[in-house]
Amino acid sequence: MTNHWIDIQHSDVILIQGSNAAENHPISFKWVMRAREKGAKLIHVDPRFTRTSSKADFYAPLRSGTDIAFLGGMIKYILENEKYFKDYVVNYTNAPFLVNDKFEFNDGLFSGYDPGTRKYDKATWTINKDANGIAEKDFTLQNPRCVFQLLKKHYSRYDMETVSKITGTPEKDLQTVYEMYSSTGVPDKAGTVMYALGQTHHTSAVQNIRTLCMVQLLLGNIGICGGGVNAMRGEPNVQGSTDFAILSGYLPGYLAAPRASLPTLEDYVKKNTPKTSDPRSANWWQNYPKYATSLLKAWYGDKATKENDFGYSWVPKLDDGQDANILNMIDNMYEKKIKGLICIAQNPAGSLPNSNKVREGLTNLDWTVHVNIFNNETASFWKGPGMDPKKIKTEVFLLPAAASIEKQGSVANSGRWVQWKYEAAKAPGDCLYTGDIVIRIVSKLKELYKKEKGAFPDPILNLKWDYTDDKGRFDPVKVAKTTNGYFLEDVTIGDKTYKKGDCVPGFANLQADGRTSSGCWISCGSFAQDGTNLMARRKKDDPTGLGLYPQWSWAWPVNRRIIYNRASVDLNGKPYNPKRALLAWVDGKWVGDVPDGPWPPMSDMEKGKYPFIMKPDGVSSLFGPGLADGPFPEHYEPLEGPIEKNPLSSQLKNPVMKIFTGPCDKFSGCDPKYPFVMTTYSSTEHWCSGALTRWQSWLTEAQPQVYVEISEELAQLRGIKNGDKVKVESARGSLPCVAMVTTRLRPFNCGGQTVHLVGMTFNYGWLFPEDCGDTANLLTPTAGDANVGTPEYKAFMVNVTKV
Amino acid sequence: MSNGKSILVDTSLCTACRGCQVACKQWNNLPGTKTKQVGTYQNPQDFSSDTWKVVRFADGKKEDSKPYWYFFTDMCRHCIQPPCKLSIEMTVKDAVIQDEATGAVVYNDKTKKVSFADVLCPYNIPRQNPKTKVLAKCTMCFDRITNGMIPACVKSCPTGAMVFGDRKEILDMAKKRVDDLKKTYPKAMAINPDDVRVIFIVTDDPKKYWKSAAGG
Repeated sequence: MTNHWIDIQHSDVILIQGSNAAENHPISFKWVMRAREKGAKLIHVDPRFTRTSSKADFYAPLRSGTDIAFLGGMIKYILENEKYFKDYVVNYTNAPFLVNDKFEFNDGLFSGYDPGTRKYDKATWTINKDANGIAEKDFTLQNPRCVFQLLKKHYSRYDMETVSKITGTPEKDLQTVYEMYSSTGVPDKAGTVMYALGQTHHTSAVQNIRTLCMVQLLLGNIGICGGGVNAMRGEPNVQGSTDFAILSGYLPGYLAAPRASLPTLEDYVKKNTPKTSDPRSANWWQNYPKYATSLLKAWYGDKATKENDFGYSWVPKLDDGQDANILNMIDNMYEKKIKGLICIAQNPAGSLPNSNKVREGLTNLDWTVHVNIFNNETASFWKGPGMDPKKIKTEVFLLPAAASIEKQGSVANSGRWVQWKYEAAKAPGDCLYTGDIVIRIVSKLKELYKKEKGAFPDPILNLKWDYTDDKGRFDPVKVAKTTNGYFLEDVTIGDKTYKKGDCVPGFANLQADGRTSSGCWISCGSFAQDGTNLMARRKKDDPTGLGLYPQWSWAWPVNRRIIYNRASVDLNGKPYNPKRALLAWVDGKWVGDVPDGPWPPMSDMEKGKYPFIMKPDGVSSLFGPGLADGPFPEHYEPLEGPIEKNPLSSQLKNPVMKIFTGPCDKFSGCDPKYPFVMTTYSSTEHWCSGALTRWQSWLTEAQPQVYVEISEELAQLRGIKNGDKVKVESARGSLPCVAMVTTRLRPFNCGGQTVHLVGMTFNYGWLFPEDCGDTANLLTPTAGDANVGTPEYKAFMVNVTKV
Repeated sequence: MSNGKSILVDTSLCTACRGCQVACKQWNNLPGTKTKQVGTYQNPQDFSSDTWKVVRFADGKKEDSKPYWYFFTDMCRHCIQPPCKLSIEMTVKDAVIQDEATGAVVYNDKTKKVSFADVLCPYNIPRQNPKTKVLAKCTMCFDRITNGMIPACVKSCPTGAMVFGDRKEILDMAKKRVDDLKKTYPKAMAINPDDVRVIFIVTDDPKKYWKSAAGG
């Protein structure tokens, strides 16, 4: 979230698109309903009418996989009806920037596409720079090559009729949503976007979210109270896993994973440290070398020295071009390239797409270790449906773990608050903290490497591994302090001297020369210099009256509660909306939230800085050349879709999406064998693959068995009655379940073509309870977003028949 | 009797998360019953001696043909003049306690002597334990509210759809809330506020929520 949960109450219009917040983030509705009680309007855009829709002031149906078309139409509406917040767009976005003359967009493809490699050469996706290296701009926004005009041209094709043909949303509904939401493009109104996996589980996932960001930037809704682009992360600790890089492409704190072609630390930081020639841009990422070195010092301690590049050579490197995300991992497992698997708090045999492929892949392993509080379909894959235990060689270890409430430690919520929690109950029996399990495994590895050497022992032997208490148990405070970082010798910064062993009180103090450590630079400041744990704070003071609660836990970065907050004020530092003044420049200093940097507002021509400090240009990117699939989001159909021709271009599918070609990776196009769109999701009553919740009788009582939601029209077409047993089938698998015939789903009219959409939860599994059915992921395709590889769980094709 | 306690259930704020349904079972040590998917989110299908709180789900089409989905977290209304108490005590005395201080209507083991068919309830709430024959229903979490706590269902509600408090305040709150809601939903109403302690607010015809929402 750019903002935080409590802040939702300040919105005037709430757009929930790509989320079923009421069901999957129930507590969010405390704040949504509070906003509504104050007069806010709630819009829900979704393929299904859900518990979220039931509370909305306006619900608009949308065919799954067509968000960019829907939002592209909104961008066109905002621009052509001049609903955008002009001051904000001119000063705080790259709308005035002039784009390379050679950049173009033709019939669904941007310049530089190579169909052979299915990749773009992004050489033309650039901004023109003047002799001083500063971006060329036209603040009148009239130059035909400025971002604003190119944006207008790009989305001029997204007229209501075309959008409606794609999305299946009636034109009058589009009109209503566009009008309602764009009413927030004025200084004293705030619109917020709440999204979740409904945006991310697509082959154009990142571009979906970018389109939401662009709408918000045009309306001046980023960095303000009641605004933002708010990703609702879940209990699976999505926020924590991205912050701490439980993802293949990153190191902690969103640093890039090193590549084989970057053999030295200097190569690595040079490649990843952005530059700017504009003195008014803070370009915060210029500090990259400080964060990288401090991370290596946190990992390797005294073993990391300037002479050995702080141990950079011990960090595993990805090959150039290698994508190691989870879909590739499963593919490699299936191809017998992986021997062992450690699964901590995961159930990939139920949660990953194309379960038959995943389950087959597991049979190729020599060993697998599961750390969990219950047995699940992955740990027991060898006795699952279609498996012959006698033929499976995989050795399986199941290690009992402590549950979240049985552990002390930090939890990061969606609003970036990192809250310290105590151990509420002792874990039963032999159950251990996951941390203890990791400590013991690595300690044993160290012992074995020491004794037996091995091919490359250094990365293991040199790991600083002092995370235990005096009884030899995992000590979460020690880990958290290492994550925060220490001064490793006496350091003087400005007029202040820090002692060796002090906690680093903020990442502005981190050093690139090895004198500081920090295991995750964005967490730096979670402890005060004297070692006080700020995450454990529970004070309810609210000096702004806006519910920022700055002394309740701690938020990254530097306890800032709403990021990009310098965009909430005008060039003189005066709040755009005085009724919800998040930040103001008063008597030479900032008052309110922790500002995005200390510099004065932009009207100070000497010291003032642009507000979007994480961008090298200092402004936000309506033209965003960083992504793999284009600087402007463009609508493409999902890998499997019901439409034969894309009304916007002859490019039917995302040209750079991740696809796989193994024997399990069968796909259907517009195939009459699989005529219906399927979307998958979770329910309130179960959590993810249900591996934890299906053992809870009060929850299985409420949602006992796998079901498919279908419209009355489709039920009639297939002769299905409510409660009938049916079979759902895709090109990859099939699944018996119960039909739930409902008025809440309705066929879409896509330019005269009737498109039926059905939906299922992936909450079930064959292991327990016995009659609950199996996962909807038996049906989903192994296909991923072009940029980050998130699987396309949300839109693919199936058939439904009565059995 | 003092004015006692009341619960306000504002269905316009309810998202049917069913936290209340689960919290009721947790506090009262009631088991999860074996259910089947029969084509609805609602489960269990009805009350039983093991289920005192059921969130009822009702979907349909509005006049403009768009869908609606109404939720009704059904429970004992703790009537001011409880017909169940009157009918039960026709045959068995002291089987139903109506607490002086709170107004909570609570059954005890003596209800096993009652002919279940003769028990009257306009909201169709009480159920009989098939083995012990004792009657069962919501107690307003009598053991909680007499120890300074609020009922488990109210405690679990994430949106504030359920509020527990002194009856007078709850009645004021209900009136104010209905007045507010009427601006958006002309049919908004509190259901039988003068007759019951558990006062539901709905924004449409109560029968669209549940056939016994406003009593039989």
